[in-house]
Amino acid sequence: MARMPVQFRLNGSDRAVFVEPAETLLGTIRRGLGDFAPKFGCGQGTCGVCTVLVDGEPRLGCLTLSVTCEGRSIETASGLADGPTLHPLQAAFMEHFAAQCGFCTPGMLMAAKALLDRNPDPTRVEVVEAIAGNICRCTGYEPIINAILAAAQQRGARRA
Amino acid sequence: MSVNVRIVQGLQEAASILASDNGAQLLGGGTLLVRTINEGLMTEGTLLRAIDPVLLAMNTGGARVELGAGVTMAMVLASRDLSYLHAPARGIGGPAVRTTATIGGNLFAATPYGDFATALLALDAVVTLHAGSGGAREMPLEEMLANRARGGVGLVASVVFNRPAGADAFRFLKVARVRPKGISVLSIAAHLPQNAGRISGARIAYGAMGPTPLRAKAVERVLEGRSLDAATIAAAKTAALEGTQPATDAIASEWYRREVLPVHLGRLLAGETS
Repeated sequence: MARMPVQFRLNGSDRAVFVEPAETLLGTIRRGLGDFAPKFGCGQGTCGVCTVLVDGEPRLGCLTLSVTCEGRSIETASGLADGPTLHPLQAAFMEHFAAQCGFCTPGMLMAAKALLDRNPDPTRVEVVEAIAGNICRCTGYEPIINAILAAAQQRGARRA
Repeated sequence: MSVNVRIVQGLQEAASILASDNGAQLLGGGTLLVRTINEGLMTEGTLLRAIDPVLLAMNTGGARVELGAGVTMAMVLASRDLSYLHAPARGIGGPAVRTTATIGGNLFAATPYGDFATALLALDAVVTLHAGSGGAREMPLEEMLANRARGGVGLVASVVFNRPAGADAFRFLKVARVRPKGISVLSIAAHLPQNAGRISGARIAYGAMGPTPLRAKAVERVLEGRSLDAATIAAAKTAALEGTQPATDAIASEWYRREVLPVHLGRLLAGETS
């Protein structure tokens, strides 16, 4: 089957790739473009480790076909830090011990970013809902929830 | 062989391809079909991606509501006019699923999925179908779901239904073992219009209680013309299981689904669900 050309922005950089017709965005990002932040977990839309943002909305890279992303802006956890300066969410995850094995962390961070970009001052319930599609087998979720709330608080304090 | 993706502009063109190519399937958000590719269950064939703007149309302000089949659960949740559908939309996956999962896709989701279709069934929805070269036609959702297993339904372009009579007239309950995101043990949708304190034209639908979402017609008959009091609810619970064919799967056994359905139906009718 002929490969198809796709162009999109990945973490602010224009990228052009040829993809298999039914290739997933996760496969393109990892194998084609060498960004290994989003992970392959279940391949069923259950675990959320492949979560990326497409035009600011959380999407599952494993269930999104690359050919549907023509002209879109893709964000992964690799694009969060500004050089050596961590994104407030990354810093809060470190501060609150929100990562143990770390496999879920890139997906958690992007799910959390989607929430805070849309709702800078979320309630605890809203945080729980925002990460409901992301499974963590290590932390029991509480440190992650606390980290996201802390990042929101910090961003709010910076705005005030 | 491998899976091809074909992007088509018009619905009629997509419908013609679906009618002539047995290996072609319409790609909605991909939450069902791409999963089958990942699992190695679909290794050849064609995915059709129709980009007709009709699929994303939302007419929500009037008494008659029309939603394009490509409207996502996130789009439903973003609409204040559709607040009565927020509970079933929120029940579909997590946020990253809801940005892609479409109404049209949910109509074809195998049990125990299909909670949004269950809600639409209780709203007496009608689907607009494109099949082959015959143009568009309407079909009750109940009939479409019954035909679904046989295949060849055609391309669903939109769903149309009447807005529920009042804020309390439409109720939805999803029973899952995992919260806030879990696959349904079962779901129940109830449209309960009332006239002078008595139910008139009740529609009750179940999800995960049969091969497709199904109407609980025995319960509807019990409710018709009665007030929603304790005696009516007790009678409805007695009739709850008629016509159901639940399956045993990884989420729940057929026995368990039968055991808990009347309990949850009673709670939904009594307004005891949160």
